[in-house]
Amino acid sequence: MNSKFFFYKKKITSFIMMSLTFVAALAAIIPLVLIFYYTISKGITYLNLDFFLAMPKPVGESGGGMANAIVGTLILIGLGGLIGVPVGIMTGTYLSEFGNNKFAYAVRFLTDVLSGIPSIVVGVVAYTMVVVPMKHFSALAGGIALGILMIPTITRTTEEMIKLVPHSLREAGLALGIPKWKTTLAIVLRTAWKGIATGVLLGLSRAAGETAPLLFTALGNRFWSTSIGQPIASLTVYIYDYARAPFEDWNQQAWTAALVLILLISVLSLLFRIITRSKYKTN
Amino acid sequence: MRKVETSSKKKSLFKKILSSSNVGDFIFERLTLLFAVSVFLLVILLGYEMYQGSKLSIEKFGWSFLVNSTWDPVREIYGALPIIYGTVVSAALALIIALPLSIGVAIYLSEVAPPWLEKPLSFLVELLAGIPSVIYGLWGIFVLVPWIRKVVEPYLSDKLGYLPFFKGAPYGFGLLAAVIILSVMVLPIISSISRDVLKSVPRSQREAALALGASKWQSTMIVLRDARPGILGATMLGLGRAIGETMAVTMVIGNRALISPSLFDPSYTMASVIANEFTEATSEMYLSALIELALVLFVITIIINALARLLVWSMDRKWKTT
Repeated sequence: MNSKFFFYKKKITSFIMMSLTFVAALAAIIPLVLIFYYTISKGITYLNLDFFLAMPKPVGESGGGMANAIVGTLILIGLGGLIGVPVGIMTGTYLSEFGNNKFAYAVRFLTDVLSGIPSIVVGVVAYTMVVVPMKHFSALAGGIALGILMIPTITRTTEEMIKLVPHSLREAGLALGIPKWKTTLAIVLRTAWKGIATGVLLGLSRAAGETAPLLFTALGNRFWSTSIGQPIASLTVYIYDYARAPFEDWNQQAWTAALVLILLISVLSLLFRIITRSKYKTN
Repeated sequence: MRKVETSSKKKSLFKKILSSSNVGDFIFERLTLLFAVSVFLLVILLGYEMYQGSKLSIEKFGWSFLVNSTWDPVREIYGALPIIYGTVVSAALALIIALPLSIGVAIYLSEVAPPWLEKPLSFLVELLAGIPSVIYGLWGIFVLVPWIRKVVEPYLSDKLGYLPFFKGAPYGFGLLAAVIILSVMVLPIISSISRDVLKSVPRSQREAALALGASKWQSTMIVLRDARPGILGATMLGLGRAIGETMAVTMVIGNRALISPSLFDPSYTMASVIANEFTEATSEMYLSALIELALVLFVITIIINALARLLVWSMDRKWKTT
């Protein structure tokens, strides 16, 4: 009797605990569902062509759009990409091709640590380095902050992706007498480019969602501006400002901006999914 | 491949540059090295710039910056204690909520879920990590805060109002809202890394436990014990994220430098002070104090992340060598 009791007790405890993990998994999904539900249902009311094509209206007038912010976000992540992509890819190449030494381990460690640094800290540094000498806020400062934030993602994905390239390919190249640098560029990087591209897209889409480093670098702009020397609007800073504004109309537009931002990021990560899928099919 | 490298290293620099087949290699390796060095220098540059920017405040306040509890820009007195308090308390409470849930999610994904369910669930959890924090903040202001004000806070003060943690008027905006939103944001990080860590524990550990008559739960506990350092690392990465989280917290925490035991009261975190006051900082000293806060945040997150990475890496190495 006694042993049977323990047997059932063990079984029942196990069943209950395992069910609890399922409950935890469900609970983790609830906020996701809620956030998506509210963003879509509240954001859709203002989602029309005007939102993409028109400029923001002054306080009191309803309607208007965020054309300047959409373009601004694209310019900012483009600027960030100009810094983050080359540095990330080259560093990743170094780590995978020549990275069997102590220095490379230190760099790997630092890129991981860098990815954990709060983005607002990078914003502060971009302020002291770019905004203070230029004496005014600028898209350039925001782009530099975003570029620094992209480096860890792109570096680590590049390294991982290059490592997936089979050694036989490299050896084949070297055996043909092709110098190592040419082998790396023409064979290894070319084989891994799809993976590297996914890393770049991931870095860009994360940068598109950043707000904190832009608050006192790119600042925001209610007017049309594409100049990198001037303050520039971005979707995220608009969401922040409009969400805290005491106007119903602006609050609504903040939701729409959030929906557009999610759509923008989804388009980027959809590209990411498509690229990775075709990669694994060909392998 | 290694042999090619080492033999070329033995040649003198001069010979290396002269021998034609190696010129390209030489340049290419140095070029990529240059970029790697730039990443190295970047981290140092970040720290140096903030140190320079905060010199004014460091010289004036010294260590009292960290222990003085008055943050008063009008009188130019800057003590960060209430801000550090708010940062630590909000992050710690968020972890207390998120950790058990995250471990549950990680166990479900790695030990229980059938493969057809595991993939989409993992994807959803990672999606949660990908939502921009300003959208969390937006949702916090318009959905979470009203709910806390109307439902959660009245309920808590009704049932547990005698405790100092649940005293005060239900504003909605305050520490409680920040804690809830932080725990949602930290959960995907801890659970996805913990899942990977659990998966890295060899199957044989589970099979051995099951063969000895352990239940599924008992074998999972053994796996959990093996994975302890990795889960600790994942938790610390989550802590780092919670401490540095800016937008969502700034939007719901109420933004007042205040040390109060009550979860209903507004509070402040280091990141939210910087986000909120940086553009308003008119005097040099004010700006310098804010940059010093950024420096403190930088140093804390570097230490936490460094420890976390070492723990997660130690897990990787543990199973690779055995």
